[in-house]
Amino acid sequence: MGFFTIGIIQTAVEVGLIYALVTMSLFISFSILDICDLSTDGCYTLGCAVGAVVTMAGHPVLAIFLAMLAGMCSGFVTATLQTRFGVQSILAGIIVNTGLYTVNLAVMGFSSNVSIFGQDTVFAAFRKLSSAGWWTDYSRTILLAGIVGLVCVLLYRFLGTRLGLSIRATGDSMAMVKASSIDPAFTITTGLCLSNALTGLAGCLIGQYNKTSDINLGTGMVTIALASLIIGQTLFGRGGMKLRILGVIVGSVLYRLIMAAALRLNVPTEAFKLVSALIVAIAISAPQVKNMALFSMKKSSALHGSSVRKGDKNA
Amino acid sequence: MLELSHISKTFNPGTINEKKALTGVDLKMEDGDFATIVGSNGAGKSTLFNAIAGTFIADEGRIELDGEDITFEKEHVRSRYIGRLFQDPLMGTAPHMTIEENLSVAYLRAADPGKSFFARIAQDFSRISAKERAKFRERLSLLDMGLEDRMESPVGLLSGGQRQALTLLMATIVTPKILLLDEHTAALDPSAAAKVLKITRDIVKERSITCLMVTHNMNQALELGNRTLMMDGGRIVLDIGGEERRGMSVSDLLSRFAQNAGQSLDNDRILLSTEENV
Repeated sequence: MGFFTIGIIQTAVEVGLIYALVTMSLFISFSILDICDLSTDGCYTLGCAVGAVVTMAGHPVLAIFLAMLAGMCSGFVTATLQTRFGVQSILAGIIVNTGLYTVNLAVMGFSSNVSIFGQDTVFAAFRKLSSAGWWTDYSRTILLAGIVGLVCVLLYRFLGTRLGLSIRATGDSMAMVKASSIDPAFTITTGLCLSNALTGLAGCLIGQYNKTSDINLGTGMVTIALASLIIGQTLFGRGGMKLRILGVIVGSVLYRLIMAAALRLNVPTEAFKLVSALIVAIAISAPQVKNMALFSMKKSSALHGSSVRKGDKNA
Repeated sequence: MLELSHISKTFNPGTINEKKALTGVDLKMEDGDFATIVGSNGAGKSTLFNAIAGTFIADEGRIELDGEDITFEKEHVRSRYIGRLFQDPLMGTAPHMTIEENLSVAYLRAADPGKSFFARIAQDFSRISAKERAKFRERLSLLDMGLEDRMESPVGLLSGGQRQALTLLMATIVTPKILLLDEHTAALDPSAAAKVLKITRDIVKERSITCLMVTHNMNQALELGNRTLMMDGGRIVLDIGGEERRGMSVSDLLSRFAQNAGQSLDNDRILLSTEENV
């Protein structure tokens, strides 16, 4: 444990678990619905802002649900723009993301950050359940693992229901969905509401975790979530749903660990966005690089093999 | 009963690319009618299907199904009672979902639209039941392709013929009021095409489904079903059934077409395929 201390790993896992919720959100919109929802950055900040304000008012648990509701509303607007008004999905996300900046400022009372130091958070409330030493150390991790685990199980169960199957079919074959009496506008709207509710949840949790909300908190979140999603996909493949959901979590935690490693290697914090961009690029190109390597190995062995055979014939 | 009265559709009106795809099409299909449709490229066969299925709303005219006016009904609403197959076997199924999941999505058409809000929510959150699974299995076994033992496999792993057979099963898992087949065997290899055609015949006959089938095979056009329609320039120029059709040969049909359309059929694919014997 020379390189990593327990504390660094613990923080990476905890933040990774929160990020996993954003990755899960992208998993629904990007992988399942096949829609690029770029409102994630703003929606994440929205969840954090709403969560912080409600926590300030002394309702940390209610904050979680209201942040999810706020995320859902944002998803509803994004979905309505593309399903009813024919705005391209990428544009719809960008438009909502831009608008959300002002909304987020307004939620925070037109200040660029809100501090909730000294307020009760869900983490503090959970820690108070026991006074054992290990509990004080790990209650946060346990709570986050519990929340993320619950979300995973619910999502997995949901995707097996009729509505869940319809949402999956919408991203897989639009023609088939229309032929099955399903309104794609409805499934896209439901899917984006669900996905953005998870982003809002993640925003609220990170706000209570850091005890602060900042207007620029969400910048680059899409890239981070995409990186985590791709890392998970590269490691776990595109097989069964259980594996894919597991990949989302492992990918997110792994991403945070890579970032923690970068921090330990004294990469300056200003360079973090570059490092995340690099991770995304590497994770996305990894399968292709693997294919290229396999191809050239096969080619060289085949060429070598045939020349040997030719030699035999001549002999 | 399906009744189209005076359906017209013009694409890109008022531009240099203006195309009158359908001009005043009248068509009446009695219950249990099985009509084949032939016509050259651009005759309006697929446009006619799109109009019936609701892919677009016709510029003019009226569509009635079993006495109900469906002219302005949306595509996904119509699909509750209109089944459709395309030429491309990849279109009708979701490749990353299992056979069972695909069938389950298709089976949503069985849902009662008149249910209360809460009953619908309960239904949305219900899962595939053992009873449905047994039904899917039984239906799949009728295809005789061994798919009933691969219910958990993703559809993307199936061959084109298997996928088209599955699409047919999905389109008819809830008996549609009308089935639209748009050259659904044309992209398959001959043996798969024959097999899918046989399954089509069996299902349509067994449940006496009203059916429209576009084909480019003239023998098929005369042998299958009880009516043959020929289209040209956005019109139905020939509609033969009953006694008259029974004694007809392919060359009779072609000369009747030339007479009615004022020109001979100019589709190479059709002329070449008249020699085939399916």
